[in-house]
Amino acid sequence: METAEGTRARNRRAAWFTHGWLALGVLAFAFPIWLTLMGSTHDASTIGRGDVPLLPGPHAAENYAQAWGVGGGRYMGVPAGTMLLNSLVMALLIALGKIAISLTSAYAVVFFRFPGRMLAFWLIFITLMLPVEVRIIPTFQVMVSLDMINTMQGLVVPLIASATATLLFRQFFLTIPDEYVEAAKIDGAGPLRFFKDVALPLSVTNIAALFVILFIYGWNQYLWPLLIVNDRSLETVIVGLTKMIGGGDTQNEWNVIMATAVLALLPPVLVVVLMQRWFVKGLTETEK
Amino acid sequence: MRKVHFKGVALPYLLLLPQLVITGLFFFWPAGQAVWQSFLREDAFGLSSEFIGFENFADVLSDPSWLEAAGRTLVFSASVAALALGAALFLAVQADKQIRGADTYKTLLIWPYAVAPALAAVLWLFMFHPNIGIFGRMLNAAGIAWDYKLDGDQAMLLIILASAWKQVSYNFIFFLAGLQSIPKSVLEAAAIDGARPLRRFWTVTFPLLSPTAFFLLVVNLVYAFFDTFGVIHSLTQGGPGKSTETLIYRVYTDGVMNLNLGSSAAQSVILMILVIGLTIVQFRYVERKVHY
Repeated sequence: METAEGTRARNRRAAWFTHGWLALGVLAFAFPIWLTLMGSTHDASTIGRGDVPLLPGPHAAENYAQAWGVGGGRYMGVPAGTMLLNSLVMALLIALGKIAISLTSAYAVVFFRFPGRMLAFWLIFITLMLPVEVRIIPTFQVMVSLDMINTMQGLVVPLIASATATLLFRQFFLTIPDEYVEAAKIDGAGPLRFFKDVALPLSVTNIAALFVILFIYGWNQYLWPLLIVNDRSLETVIVGLTKMIGGGDTQNEWNVIMATAVLALLPPVLVVVLMQRWFVKGLTETEK
Repeated sequence: MRKVHFKGVALPYLLLLPQLVITGLFFFWPAGQAVWQSFLREDAFGLSSEFIGFENFADVLSDPSWLEAAGRTLVFSASVAALALGAALFLAVQADKQIRGADTYKTLLIWPYAVAPALAAVLWLFMFHPNIGIFGRMLNAAGIAWDYKLDGDQAMLLIILASAWKQVSYNFIFFLAGLQSIPKSVLEAAAIDGARPLRRFWTVTFPLLSPTAFFLLVVNLVYAFFDTFGVIHSLTQGGPGKSTETLIYRVYTDGVMNLNLGSSAAQSVILMILVIGLTIVQFRYVERKVHY
């Protein structure tokens, strides 16, 4: 027979064990960021020498000013300000575009009966199986013949088809009771009115959750901008950052690169943290 | 299924139009082209082409360097999935316990979801660069010749770690949601029967979590195949030599850099079949889950 004292001691030990592992996990994710943040406040020669700083230095203001307004390294020319704006516009347009066309297609598939309904649904669904990576060259050729290379439309439009968003909205629309539709019909409201006054307001939570996921998706695009943008004024920040690093020479202006990395990290992390509740719910419901 | 519908045929087509135009133009047309090109031999200028049947596929599948890349991709993907799933499951089990500050821990473990794969690679470069990275220097100071730009195994290790690091938070979110949906009464019953925590985990929790784990396994494999392009491109560019060249990286180099269209298309088609297979497996499983 165990004593109460023994059980309590064992519980306390177990709690410490749990805290310890979780703290270690948190540290494993926070440490690289801390290192980058500290690096961005020192001058290039400190980092180049290999004196890896773990505490803040005095050069934060000038590093961020250079990163934001001038750019850095041998890859001179594209200031982080421009790249961040490009990334922001791209991410917003992709997220909103995906939501808009998925809402309307899901609405059509759920609330109407017309020939080819299931075919349309399957065509959208199958795009899940065709990621950009498996159709690189031919998609590039299509972009060339449509004259969409080096344009913002080129960055955004081909990415806004969305099977996942359409599936999610379809599932949600199926839960709207038939009585609502009947009532709307009796009141003489047409399909567009019903969309605006009933379906859309009911979808707000889903839209918010999806927005976070799609904004991150847009912001983090890599292969696509790498392929179709070589005009520096359209450079996005993730691709621009790795171009600044190039082969990873020790003589790089690492301080400016690290400041740019911090700036590239901030917007998507803020979106996830501030909208965490919606986002977690949205993610676990969308993808299953 | 819905019983009441709106009338009209033109309107629903109009509502579907934007999505269908985009999928047609940028998904089905190029995918069809990839399949068609995979049967052609084209010169580098695209001036002439001839139909050669399955020759491109035969060439790719018998090319020892392609087979090596395939093997490498397998090792890479399995390692990334195993690491990312293992770490996430462990952390989720800890975070699911009733402890003070659990919500803070969750937030601090969820945010890395926002980090782009290429950016994760950059953060790992800052740590493991042989001259400016804190750990890279430590390793060298300890007498281990660490330079991922010269040593292929070290380069592979680094891209595995960076790729897995980025994926842990995604898996964590799903494992935690899965754990929270397990009824506490089941675990209490097992506890009353005298099952110790570790035994409770393997006999009760883990089997109930296995649908989530399987779903995540597929997602992680797809991630490791495709989304890690950014990690490899920004960290090692497939090198040194070809030691970090995965199949997707090879499609990129063969098609975009070397303009070998036929071979690149054949490789694309092989990858396409792979994704289709994985997606079907995933959805069959979802269907089964819906039934029970």
